[in-house]
Amino acid sequence: MDAKQGAIESGGDHGGGRLKNLFLELWRDKTGFIGMAMIAALLFMAVAAPLIAPHSPTAQNLRARLKAPVWDENGSWNHILGTDNLGRDVLSRVIHGSRVSLMVGASVVLIAGAFGTVLGLLAGYRGGRTDNFIMRWIDTQVAFPGLLIALIILAVIGPSMITVILVLSFNGWMVYGRMTRGAVLSVRQTAYVEAAEVVGCSGTRVVFRHILPNLTSPLLTLAILEFARIVLAEAALSFLGMGIQPPATSWGLDVASGKNYLFRAWWLVTFPGIAISLTVLAINLVASWMRLVSDPQEREKQFARQMRARRKRGPVVQEASAP
Amino acid sequence: MGRYFLKRLWHGVIVIFGVTVLVFVVTRLVGDPVKVMLPLEATVEQRAAFEKELGLDQPIAIQFVDFMKGLSRLDFGKSLWQHRPAMQIVFEKLPLTLELALLGIGLAFVLAIPLGIISALRPGGVSDRSTVFVSLMGLSIPQFWLGLLLIIVFAVQFKWLPTSGIDTPAHIILPTITMALPALARLVMIVRSSMIDELNQQYVKTCFAKGLPFYRVVGVHALRNAALPVVTLTGWELIRAVAGYSVVVETVFAWPGLGLTAIQAIEREDLILLQAIVFTVAILVVLINILMDVAYKIIDPRLKLG
Amino acid sequence: MTVPANQPLLEIENLVVHFTTRSGIVQGVRGVNLQVGHGETLGIVGESGSGKSVTVQAVMGLITTPGEIVSGSIRWKGKSLLGAGGRDYLEKVRGKEITMIFQDPMTSLDPLFTVGTQITEVLRHHLGMGKKQALRRAVELLELVDINAPERRLQQFPHELSGGMRQRVMIAIALACEPELLIADEPTTALDVTIQAMILELLAELQERLKLSVIMITHDLGVIAQMSHRVAVMYAGKIVEVGLAEDIFERPVHPYTQGLLRATPRPDEVTERMIAIEGVPPNLISPPPGCAFASRCEQAGESCGLSPSLTVYEENRMVSCWCASKKQGA
Repeated sequence: MDAKQGAIESGGDHGGGRLKNLFLELWRDKTGFIGMAMIAALLFMAVAAPLIAPHSPTAQNLRARLKAPVWDENGSWNHILGTDNLGRDVLSRVIHGSRVSLMVGASVVLIAGAFGTVLGLLAGYRGGRTDNFIMRWIDTQVAFPGLLIALIILAVIGPSMITVILVLSFNGWMVYGRMTRGAVLSVRQTAYVEAAEVVGCSGTRVVFRHILPNLTSPLLTLAILEFARIVLAEAALSFLGMGIQPPATSWGLDVASGKNYLFRAWWLVTFPGIAISLTVLAINLVASWMRLVSDPQEREKQFARQMRARRKRGPVVQEASAP
Repeated sequence: MGRYFLKRLWHGVIVIFGVTVLVFVVTRLVGDPVKVMLPLEATVEQRAAFEKELGLDQPIAIQFVDFMKGLSRLDFGKSLWQHRPAMQIVFEKLPLTLELALLGIGLAFVLAIPLGIISALRPGGVSDRSTVFVSLMGLSIPQFWLGLLLIIVFAVQFKWLPTSGIDTPAHIILPTITMALPALARLVMIVRSSMIDELNQQYVKTCFAKGLPFYRVVGVHALRNAALPVVTLTGWELIRAVAGYSVVVETVFAWPGLGLTAIQAIEREDLILLQAIVFTVAILVVLINILMDVAYKIIDPRLKLG
Repeated sequence: MTVPANQPLLEIENLVVHFTTRSGIVQGVRGVNLQVGHGETLGIVGESGSGKSVTVQAVMGLITTPGEIVSGSIRWKGKSLLGAGGRDYLEKVRGKEITMIFQDPMTSLDPLFTVGTQITEVLRHHLGMGKKQALRRAVELLELVDINAPERRLQQFPHELSGGMRQRVMIAIALACEPELLIADEPTTALDVTIQAMILELLAELQERLKLSVIMITHDLGVIAQMSHRVAVMYAGKIVEVGLAEDIFERPVHPYTQGLLRATPRPDEVTERMIAIEGVPPNLISPPPGCAFASRCEQAGESCGLSPSLTVYEENRMVSCWCASKKQGA
């Protein structure tokens, strides 16, 4: 990933002004706005779960087993989205499940991201044998069959939220390493970093003041995309029984237990699945908005595309560069 | 060219070695493997006998040497669950997994190219926006859930297709679709963005200035230039299909391939079978990587591999 | 369809091209009138952003979003190239009767196809040639542009050739169907000076031999001087002066042309400072209402608040300037 020459700034932020601009951009791009709104709702749901969930997610009520959602003839307002085979309220489980997904996602992104970024910085900046070693390591580990290994490790050491986070981090740091190293290499070659080095700036200073600020944007986009991937991965692991274990609540886990009642109680599988999908969709929307915002060329192109769409002209030949 | 292949093969060997050693370490050193493999009520004598049988009473170094010796003969030992050679089981199940993976990713690839091209020709237009939107949804839906939904809709509601298993040809339809859809979503996005980039290049202008017909400029010149990232992603999707998605999809549809077998092996704590499966999958991954490199060289004569 | 020798091949009338960007509408071409006749080389000279490339791209139908031809007409041999019917005509004519070569031969050629394929595909599409016939002709074309070992070159890829050779290949492709007009958009800007000279010589020779008409676009006056019969000077999306090459060089009338010639360093005149034209070209998103050059013009007066148009100054010379008209008494 290249740090575009034009966008290079050497540290220093304009703080409040920037944030305001960001909000305006968000408002302009409706899909990004929707994504952000959904994320905000999700965060709220996760944080306020005990307050807004009508029941405890683990409260069993064997007399109210497999009740349908409220709009079905057998449903009731007591359990808006129905109950599962142990009488637990689906809505409450969905709400509480968000905590797990967000927690696992954030933790893995932080751990894998930190590890990968540091290694990438080392590889890019030191070069030579360090770079060689780290890249070989990345190349090798990238070729590992990730899910299988994750399953085996979890089977042996026992699945739990912590082990899931560790295993997913173990499998997921390489992409940060590669990206960071690439960014460091391309920025290092720019004239102004060479100038800084000539003037006598120390290595760490160059890294922190010049290289890192240009990394934040692509790194952030990557982290967001990885977050989405981790949410899906955790759900899959829990679905297969090697992730979050009962009595904890996870969307993937709920789909797995609902699988046995696929024909009788379709809602057990449907609502947790919708929750996962909406979460990941929101994250993806925000990620593509971020990519748009951080690349002025992209914005210009998107503008041109909107113009084109309005005009119903012939298909694209090329975009003539403005004189 | 020969040198390059040697390098790639060497890399492949390292990967396979790395994977197998990792699994070896995990299964023997972490925790108590015997406890994992034997029922709780096993007596001390039974434990000792078991350990001896598996060679677990030897020092770890000797265990490793024995393990490597077996590896070179493709002998992982007898599956603890089915009591027959692990590799035999692997060879039985492998074709089923390959069939599903190739059909699924192949379907995704075949559909992604025209969809992506159409999108790229009128970015921002109606068909493009709907394609992008549907792709975004396809990326966001968990694959296991997609499979279950398909079962609910097609097998339960409409009773058109069977729910699981492998008995009739029709049984492959839903698993293939489940395998294909997320890959299709990602591939369409790549084809689209790749084509958009290529259509903006100078040589495309030249081609039009030469008066070449539209289909040739887009379908021959631009498409070939756009192919590289698409091939990369397709290879990657194939790898993930074999090494990851197969576990999930096969579980949902009770498709008796390597993935389902892996899960069952995990449930039964058959670490021997697991080692054999992981080893085989690692080899497959390396092979697919090499195939991708060959494809690159065919597409782009500029690439000097090695 | 033949056109009598005294009628122009290409006629551009009042061409207006706009580009829609987030910052506003850029008026890249603001009313251009040009003709090109048989066997003549028209040089179009102007700085970056003057609209010269956009004009010829409009001729070749290469303008799409965010660009748009707003108004004006482009006629080839009397028939329009614009509009619905024009589009069909353009597709017949493009690459066959009118061809174009571009600035950077490295990016202008498809990197994944051999030189041979890129030449023969033109022959096969426009002239219906078979593969063997097309390959033979391709060898002839490569010899025409002075490329050695032509058979071997056919199998090579663009990245295996030098910059000068690539541009020769581009020329060969452009000449494949024996066009009547060759548009060269800054053909030598991306090349070394020595190669530049060779390519220009080649073009001049081909032009004479094949009785080609050529439009040569450049910002380099030296290139224009070498090759053109007639010269058009463009500034801020309009033509400010057009006439015979010798006349323009010896007696430039428009203040901008005069400024350009003054600013060109000459080895025979030793001066202390280079003479540049003060100021910068106007922003084409909101161009000034009057003459676009007025703010930089030493001779600017009150009447320059109104936009001048191209008027006949003398035989074979048109200028768009109030001062010139005044001198003429017209």
